[in-house]
Amino acid sequence: MIKATREGFGEALVELGELNKNVVVLTADLTESTKVADFAKKYPERFIECGVAEQNMAGIAAGLAAEGKIPFITSYGVFSPGRNWDQIRVSICYSNLPVKIVGCHTGLSVGPDGATHQALEDITLMRVLPNMTVIVPCDANEAWQATVEISKISGPCYLRLTREATPMITDRDQRFEIGKADVLENYGQDVAIIACGPLVHQALVAARELNDEGIKTTVINNHTIKPLDKITLLKAARDCGAVVTVEEHQVNGGMGSAVSELLSQNYPVPMEFIGMSDSFGESGDPDQLLAKYGMSIGKIKEFVRKVISRKVVKHNGS
Amino acid sequence: MNNLDQIAEKIREDIISMLVAAGSGHSAGPLGMADVFTALYFSKALNLDPKDPWNPNRDRILLSNGHICPVWYATLARAGYFNHDELLTLRQIGSRLQGHPHYKSLPGIENTAGPLGQGLSQAIGHAMAAKIDKADWRTICLLSDGELQEGQNWEAIMFAGKNNLYKLTAIIDRNNIQIDGFTENIMPLEPLADKFKAFGWSVIEVDGHNITEIVDALNKAKAIFENPTAIIAHTIPGKGVDFIEHDYKWHGSPPNWMEAVEALKELRSLGGKITYD
Repeated sequence: MIKATREGFGEALVELGELNKNVVVLTADLTESTKVADFAKKYPERFIECGVAEQNMAGIAAGLAAEGKIPFITSYGVFSPGRNWDQIRVSICYSNLPVKIVGCHTGLSVGPDGATHQALEDITLMRVLPNMTVIVPCDANEAWQATVEISKISGPCYLRLTREATPMITDRDQRFEIGKADVLENYGQDVAIIACGPLVHQALVAARELNDEGIKTTVINNHTIKPLDKITLLKAARDCGAVVTVEEHQVNGGMGSAVSELLSQNYPVPMEFIGMSDSFGESGDPDQLLAKYGMSIGKIKEFVRKVISRKVVKHNGS
Repeated sequence: MNNLDQIAEKIREDIISMLVAAGSGHSAGPLGMADVFTALYFSKALNLDPKDPWNPNRDRILLSNGHICPVWYATLARAGYFNHDELLTLRQIGSRLQGHPHYKSLPGIENTAGPLGQGLSQAIGHAMAAKIDKADWRTICLLSDGELQEGQNWEAIMFAGKNNLYKLTAIIDRNNIQIDGFTENIMPLEPLADKFKAFGWSVIEVDGHNITEIVDALNKAKAIFENPTAIIAHTIPGKGVDFIEHDYKWHGSPPNWMEAVEALKELRSLGGKITYD
């Protein structure tokens, strides 16, 4: 079964609307594609159409949150938080208001729309902000759970979603906890593959194929980039002694950077980074783009082998 | 000179004392807006209670051009929101009186502002919450004229007009100056009233130093149920201190000790009308 993470978000929102009367949803002329149409239909009095004006939308959300509302602001990641970073920083984060920023259509897999619409910097932009929580669900079920959970936390939050239907990995009954990474697969301890977003699926496939080839990896779904699950990630680094991070985002400043900041301070191990290598994308089919820009199953396997070759060889005094 | 005018003069004295103690900060805007702030917090036009600053039924006052916060702090202290002695901690480390206002850092500080153009959107958020909750309280947002050059304001003005947010009032400090010079030379704002009207707002123009006129405008805005109201308050930047008035070079500078003594002398003598030693 395949389903887009934005679908899980939209379904959760309708249920949240019933459970919590303070939930308010705002969009900037993208009701259908951000999957908030069902909420808008069911709770028109709590749905706010802002027009193509993401800066105003972020400010309105700050005001709503100051009055006890739980606003979800929705647009494409390139526009929100791309266009309105200053408003998110000043009006929302510095005031520590519980605005939920939902960036849809992120990553290279937006495909044909091309580089202007492929948000590949949003994780960096959001994780540098004090008070901000950053979550990247790996599938529609996890997006559903994350949507419910972020409505309960008192500060601002960024939820990163994607356009394309992608394979289901988790189920809704599975425990989802903000700030708690999930070890999804444990073939062994040659390398820890730490992934986020729909590429977790590619990481799992790569791990299975590597296992068949005799390389034993552990796969971690690192859905919360801020705050990082230090305990799980440090344990993986200690157990495996090498890490490959996997994300559909710029390597500069992204999830892998967050992990490397943690490890370099506490338990440095060789690392390799799967992601966008400081370039813009282009139009194309999502799978072809992921292959061309180095985010394929084959590339993950290649980086796992590469990082193993960098592990410190223990000499026995000879 | 009536009681409210006297309060405004006291607020101006506070501003001078605060700025000279801080050694940095903005002079022209805060002095120019002392009468408007007095009208907001000391007349009966709005529902405010310094002893119960977060009462859910209070009217909300937000400041968009955060850099004039010395006048906000001085007014709140004079109105009894917090201890007057604390004013002299402005811009010092550990102070609640930040260089630009921080949401809830003090009783009565309803929003964070600094980077220009953000306050009106925040105020709209408050007004939308009131609309959703069918609440009666009103939202007032103070803006500068120069900051209307920020595009976000026009997104917000368009939104408020479309949604007929009649419980929202924007007060624009039309003092004609900004950091680099006069607004009409830097980036003209006129015809300002017509711009608001074209976006679906009612507009009232007042003398920003006539407190009676300002209070009347606040009350008039309550009687308009069709659309949000913009009160364009024509002010003199640096009002009350002769050598600061009208000079855009005072936008972002504080007085030094000698200048402060001169300024306080002028304020306390009501511009030389009474003798002062």
